[in-house]
Amino acid sequence: MSAEAHGAVFHAPRAHQFDTAEQQKDASTLGMWLFLVTEIMFFSGLFCCYLVYRWFYPEAFAAASHHLDVALGGFNTAVLICSSLTMVLAVNASQAGKRRALVAFLILTILLGGVFLGVKAVEWHHKYVDHHIPGPSFHFEGPNARQAQLFFSLYFVMTGLHALHMVIGIGLLTVLTVQARRGKFTPTYNTPVDMCGLYWHFVDLIWIFLFPLLYLIDRHTK
Amino acid sequence: MITAPVTVPEREHYLNASYGLKSWLLTKDHKRIALLYLATITFFFFLGGLFAVMIRLELLTPQGDMVQSETYNKLFTMHGVNMVFFFLLPAIPATLGNFLVPLMIGARDLAFPKLNLASWYIFTIGGLFTLYALLSGGVDTGWTFYTPYSTTYSNSFVIATALGIFIAGFSSILTGLNFIVTIHRMRAPGLTWFRLPLFIWSHYAASLIMVLGTPVIAVTIVLLAAERAFHIGIFDPAIGGDPVLFQHLFWFYSHPAVYIMILPAMAVISELVAASARKRVYGYEFVAYASVAIAVFGFLVWGHHMFVSGQSVYAGLVFSVLSYLVAVPSAVKVFNWTATLHKGSIALETPMLYTFGFIGLFTIGGMTGLFVAALGLDVHVHDTYFVVAHFHYIMVGGTIMAYLGGLHFWWPKITGRMYPEILAKLSALVVFIGFNLTFFPQFILGYLGMPRRYHAYPDEFQVLNVMSTAGASILAVGYLLPMCYFIWSLRYGKIAPDNPWGAVGLEWQTLSPPPVENFDEIPIVTHEAYDYVSLPNGSVTPKKEANVR
Repeated sequence: MSAEAHGAVFHAPRAHQFDTAEQQKDASTLGMWLFLVTEIMFFSGLFCCYLVYRWFYPEAFAAASHHLDVALGGFNTAVLICSSLTMVLAVNASQAGKRRALVAFLILTILLGGVFLGVKAVEWHHKYVDHHIPGPSFHFEGPNARQAQLFFSLYFVMTGLHALHMVIGIGLLTVLTVQARRGKFTPTYNTPVDMCGLYWHFVDLIWIFLFPLLYLIDRHTK
Repeated sequence: MITAPVTVPEREHYLNASYGLKSWLLTKDHKRIALLYLATITFFFFLGGLFAVMIRLELLTPQGDMVQSETYNKLFTMHGVNMVFFFLLPAIPATLGNFLVPLMIGARDLAFPKLNLASWYIFTIGGLFTLYALLSGGVDTGWTFYTPYSTTYSNSFVIATALGIFIAGFSSILTGLNFIVTIHRMRAPGLTWFRLPLFIWSHYAASLIMVLGTPVIAVTIVLLAAERAFHIGIFDPAIGGDPVLFQHLFWFYSHPAVYIMILPAMAVISELVAASARKRVYGYEFVAYASVAIAVFGFLVWGHHMFVSGQSVYAGLVFSVLSYLVAVPSAVKVFNWTATLHKGSIALETPMLYTFGFIGLFTIGGMTGLFVAALGLDVHVHDTYFVVAHFHYIMVGGTIMAYLGGLHFWWPKITGRMYPEILAKLSALVVFIGFNLTFFPQFILGYLGMPRRYHAYPDEFQVLNVMSTAGASILAVGYLLPMCYFIWSLRYGKIAPDNPWGAVGLEWQTLSPPPVENFDEIPIVTHEAYDYVSLPNGSVTPKKEANVR
């Protein structure tokens, strides 16, 4: 097992433990999907807490939810869906061997991710100004003030962990962009682009669930 | 016992292919990573054992005279945390599993060698966090971290310990993921699912739990730490949060985690039974499916830890029935191992002694599990030493017995040296006697009503407690002995042949110790596992056949 044969999974189409490049790609894909399963279980714990508390305190959740900015949340949803599109186009470009298009779409995806995080930061700042950050300084007008704090606790943990996944995703895409510029990916070897694409879509999908659960409670009543 | 060192004729294998600290710390060889894990978990085992010694010493007398109650709380917490998260969970999968999964399926390595190394580093970093918590003053919540005590009232290092467990959890996830992908994608030609050794089936089932369960405890710990650090109050009853929800989330992982500990132990026992009886495991398919069934049922029984936590009676009923169901696949395994032994030509070497120990003790542990799964009886024995004895029969009598048996069985393959047989048999006996003397009195103590987690107790419990402490000291000798003679054997042990047991697993068809890429030529599998009838000498692939490929 020489160092060069081993340390160069990216350059070499095949690492020593695999018989064929196809077997290697199969293994990577299965590994990535399994990783996404663990991610689903990770967020499931949060969704479970959300379910229980919303079922306990529906009025408090509705009242607290009305303090979220649907316009900004909706805008961010659109941004993320667009970023999934550019990610798909990046994967497609890597399969077609179009290096410049690959780099362009990766950068576009990173930018859209950045816009999402920026808008998210603005929203969090609004919560800070309104004293909606859970803890000793929490303040909420209305009959369900205590339980509303639960809603905001979940809101911050869920959107916070989602944002953390976005930051990790942007980091991965940045590495990919540098590698793509150096011409590392070819139509026969583009597994990392494919895998990061799966991850990016997963993170988007989590938001697709978070947005209605957090922002759109009982909107028809007002 | 000191004799002249036995020298090995020079041949390149995974141990002498390269030298130096760097060649170990940067290795991607699953066999070396297994040994890194072995060293790390042995450290945590003896650390956890040290706390056990202090607990048993305190309980020698009815008065709380050795340590204060606060210190005692920290002792049993650190014992539990060390043993559960840093020894029992990785014990068999990360050492024997890591070493043997690729060998048994005829692969050159796991699917993701770098990830494998990363998982060891992650585990070690998690362990360091917990060590930091320990050295700074410890943690006193019990290994279960129940809220609101852990989030609001405890005045100890909860966050550091919890972070350590959180980090170590990722190593478990990565190991499970690596195993699943490897078993799916890396099997040698001809090795179909129903030709796989049962070791692989059980590790597959355990890996499923690692991958599906561990993320849930991870997010629970995040919530716990966030609540403690930022007072955001997800489980805080003061703002409408529900502490029982924490218990649900905690046990959703921590009950299946029991099966992460016991399934790999069953994996080892299946191999040991077949090799020692020189027979195919009776009802191979049923034992294989039983592993998967245990993994599936294991996810549906967590509520039996909460019979007295204010859970609804109907939920309790359902959880009780489901808990009984887990006994079915477990019993299938025990019966089938016993049936395998029937009319086998049993070799009574050390691994088999541990196997007998496992089958007996696991049966007692499992049967008492049925006691505590019964709603009515559980109210009586809940939070008593009966429960403590029950899970130690599973964890120590089951998992550690199998772990030691497996270490003896595969030691010749791992190191290329034999362990001293007579001494090993003696220490197996010491472990068995010490174990029963330690934990059997605890069943009686619990049934008589001695609660767990107290450092003082009424005088009438003293005799049984003295027995338990005496047993613990015997048990300690039983654990120190193998460590000494294993280290001794590295230099002075007899040179091991490639297949000392005449077993048919693929791992025995390669050299001892194996070459860096495991096999000189990847074997082609033409027989089912444990085919001792058509392969009486334990040789799966004659050399010529292997050349076909």
